[in-house]
Amino acid sequence: MSVVRTAKAAGRPNWLVFDKLGVLIGVIAAAGVMLPFALFRANRIVAGEGRGLAEALPSVVSAVLIGALVIGFMGALFRVAPSVKLVAGVLALIGLAISIGWSARYLTPPEDTLARVSPAGGFWLLVLAFALLVADALIRLRPGPWLRITALVTVGVAVALLLWSGTWDDLSILREYANRAPAFWQEARAHLVLAFGSVAMAAFVGVPIGVLCHKLQAFRTVVLNGLNIVQTIPSIALFGLLIAPLAWVAANVPGAAALGISGIGTAPAMVALFAYSLLPLVSNTVVGLQAVPASAVDAAKGMGMSGSQRFFGIELPLAFPVILTGIRIVLVQNIGLATIAALIGGGGFGVFVFQGIGQTAMDLVLLGTVPTVALSFAAAVVLDALVELSSVRRRR
Amino acid sequence: MIEIEDVTKIYEGTAVVDRVTLTIQPHTICAVVGTSGSGKTTLVRMINKLVEPSSGAIRIDGVDIAGIPAFQLRRRIGYAIQGLGLFPHRTVGQNIATVPKLLGWNRGRIRDRVEELLDLFGLDPEEFRDRMPHELSGGQQQRVGVARALAAGPNILLMDEPFGALDPLIRAKAQEDLLTIQRRFGTTIMLVTHDMNEAIHLGDTIAVMDKGRLLQAAPPRTIIADPATPFVAELIGTAERPFRLLSLARVSDHAEPGQATGEPIDADRSLRDAYAELLWSGRAAAPVRRNGDIVGRISLDQLARLAARPR
Amino acid sequence: MKVGSIFRLLALVLLIALLLRPETFAGLFALFAGPRQPPIYNQGSLLELTLNHLAIVGAAILASTLVAVGLGVLVTRPIGAEFLPLSRALAQVGQTFPPVAVLAIAVPVLGFGTAPTFVALFLYGLLPIFENTLAGLTNLPPKVTDAAKGMGMTGWQRLLSVDLPLALPVILAGVRLSTVISLGTATIGSTVAARTLGEVIIAGLLSANTAFVLQGGLIVGLLAVLIHDGFSALERLVLARNGQAGAAAG
Repeated sequence: MSVVRTAKAAGRPNWLVFDKLGVLIGVIAAAGVMLPFALFRANRIVAGEGRGLAEALPSVVSAVLIGALVIGFMGALFRVAPSVKLVAGVLALIGLAISIGWSARYLTPPEDTLARVSPAGGFWLLVLAFALLVADALIRLRPGPWLRITALVTVGVAVALLLWSGTWDDLSILREYANRAPAFWQEARAHLVLAFGSVAMAAFVGVPIGVLCHKLQAFRTVVLNGLNIVQTIPSIALFGLLIAPLAWVAANVPGAAALGISGIGTAPAMVALFAYSLLPLVSNTVVGLQAVPASAVDAAKGMGMSGSQRFFGIELPLAFPVILTGIRIVLVQNIGLATIAALIGGGGFGVFVFQGIGQTAMDLVLLGTVPTVALSFAAAVVLDALVELSSVRRRR
Repeated sequence: MIEIEDVTKIYEGTAVVDRVTLTIQPHTICAVVGTSGSGKTTLVRMINKLVEPSSGAIRIDGVDIAGIPAFQLRRRIGYAIQGLGLFPHRTVGQNIATVPKLLGWNRGRIRDRVEELLDLFGLDPEEFRDRMPHELSGGQQQRVGVARALAAGPNILLMDEPFGALDPLIRAKAQEDLLTIQRRFGTTIMLVTHDMNEAIHLGDTIAVMDKGRLLQAAPPRTIIADPATPFVAELIGTAERPFRLLSLARVSDHAEPGQATGEPIDADRSLRDAYAELLWSGRAAAPVRRNGDIVGRISLDQLARLAARPR
Repeated sequence: MKVGSIFRLLALVLLIALLLRPETFAGLFALFAGPRQPPIYNQGSLLELTLNHLAIVGAAILASTLVAVGLGVLVTRPIGAEFLPLSRALAQVGQTFPPVAVLAIAVPVLGFGTAPTFVALFLYGLLPIFENTLAGLTNLPPKVTDAAKGMGMTGWQRLLSVDLPLALPVILAGVRLSTVISLGTATIGSTVAARTLGEVIIAGLLSANTAFVLQGGLIVGLLAVLIHDGFSALERLVLARNGQAGAAAG
């Protein structure tokens, strides 16, 4: 083969070329090291004072943590294989997770139940930096759907282990949890019931409506326009607007109150979430069915399949991944929206969020937000994986 | 003149263009023929630096293009591709004006040039200048694409399957237009095609490529008579050879003195057309007509001689 | 869409009337208010709240658009190409964050009032616009970009005169999505004391006065429908002008 003009960085080995993203991660991490690592407050309401990395941890522990961060940083900076970057980033994150708990134990004076220690800006920046590294490595590795679910489960188990081992017990968010454990699980259940229940109901109703819309052109325009308008009503308002009619139903329809229907509480929240879910589900069902290749339907017709055989054997399976995408959209959306239900007494993690905002207690806000974000993130990962699995099977 | 000297392009370890050396004389058309994946498009895209060669040199009028900034070089070279890549959000006039504008021509000069080119391609400027590309037929779009490539009066025109998307009738017309324009402006054209008929019809030189290698570069007559490799022969089609040879010459070049009866044949038709006409009308010879006058005749015997392999 | 335009006109008239002369509708809203409850919001001017609401949303969306399009352009140029896959994934993951969470986290950092709402709307608005900018700039017709390059346009010239104009409808769709989401999310801003139409709704929730809830919701809904339609019309206009009709919508 003839001479090839080599790449510009001829003299240097390939891995010694800096990764641009690595430089960015380095900058973020450096800022993280400079800023306070943990925030100490004498009680949960007063303003906190920041503690840098050196003061927040026993010197041995901070040395180990800095070691882990340096490893992560090297992994980010050089052009090494993504798997190496992944391991380096995960190491740094594990170091951070353990040491923030350690820091809380270290900073809290013994027997002091009022003092609060929470992660400060520096910690969050460091987590962001290495989470970016891990995310980038994961994307480059292109994990398949099963691997992604496995990774999610692994992270879940790791977090559960950290919680169970008591490593984080002295962090303020867990202090808030400890004060409210029964309420937390009750609201968690309420949140799950709201989010999953409304999506299940909407799927049950929305998919058949979508099928009808696909078959009847006139029906489609009316239904989709109507649902579009429902989507524009702000969530607080929709929740509020349902209070009156449901109170009326509870008072006037025999047996309704016994079923738990009332003006405030879960019922209006459930109905509102259900209403918001319909549009994505109906329109995705229509889009999915319309995208079924006409040739496939035609061939099925030509082979003598009946209308219902064609629908259940050809059209619905081919449209399924798109319908599933619709379910993914509404599930993630409703997990987030369910927080608003707290404003009308519907329960859910929003209870902590709005209580926290009311009391300017950041820890309480986080007790509501962190599980919500974790839940919607997990739902997105799992459903994305399922969508991919179902469309891969279709392509075979 | 375009000189391609020992040029290689390697993608991921495979040479898609492998040590190609080819010179294209000024004011001629070079048709690069090959199957898909033969490297013909890559070769042409190296002339205007859309692809950088891995090794070797390309010179235009004696100057190595490696030293010319890509955008400056490209403004001097016309470029027309299949599907044309007309800017859908700009009018026909704005499309044609692209390169003159990049070169900083003043508005009056650009307007005159756009008008001249639209006229030349048989599109009424008043009607077409302010239309959007999607309002045009395929054939009209194709003409605008070539007009745009020629707008700044480049010496060199690169064309990648420019007629690929046209139906046969419009395609034939577009080929005739191209020949007319090439004769008028004397542009050096390098044209990529997978269609041997098109290559023979348009090319002064035909360059046959396969798997990155240049197998043969020669005038059509030589390619037909003396294919360098079995692949070239196959591309021409053994059963087609005599007819392709006939298609290269005009009746006027071979009319002989004498009489014949029946409908006359125009002198500027190809010999292949004349042969078909004679077979179809069952005659052994036909009169040849130029500008309305009978200037001689053309016969089956003579055509049979001309269709035989040249020695 | 004849019927559609009549509805739109009616919506606009209704909105204007509701903002300028709310007392005209007192009889209607009284049906929803309890006895001795005011049928029309009486703790401030609806018009002023609406303008404030629109100002917060408008400023946030303007900022989001500038930043998101800038970043989108950056990661689709050779210099930022390394960041493309990561930023694309981040934009998708970021959208799983509930807007309320963004708002709630912004409060402790920025205090109460307009600032946390603005920041939450800005951050949340970035994502759809960024995602759509990426989609628009990475799905350009390859023939057209090839031709632009082949004619000797420099990177900047291609970006400004070919890439961005062709990606414009998709970017606009992103801005539309962000705006409609933000119009709704801004009402939640009133739980942290931002002066938006959420005040009306929350006042209604606190005093169990459905009339207030209905007014607030109706105005926001009308605004959202009209703005949604305005953007859609603009997108169709650009698409038709670009000759891309039917290529990208929704």
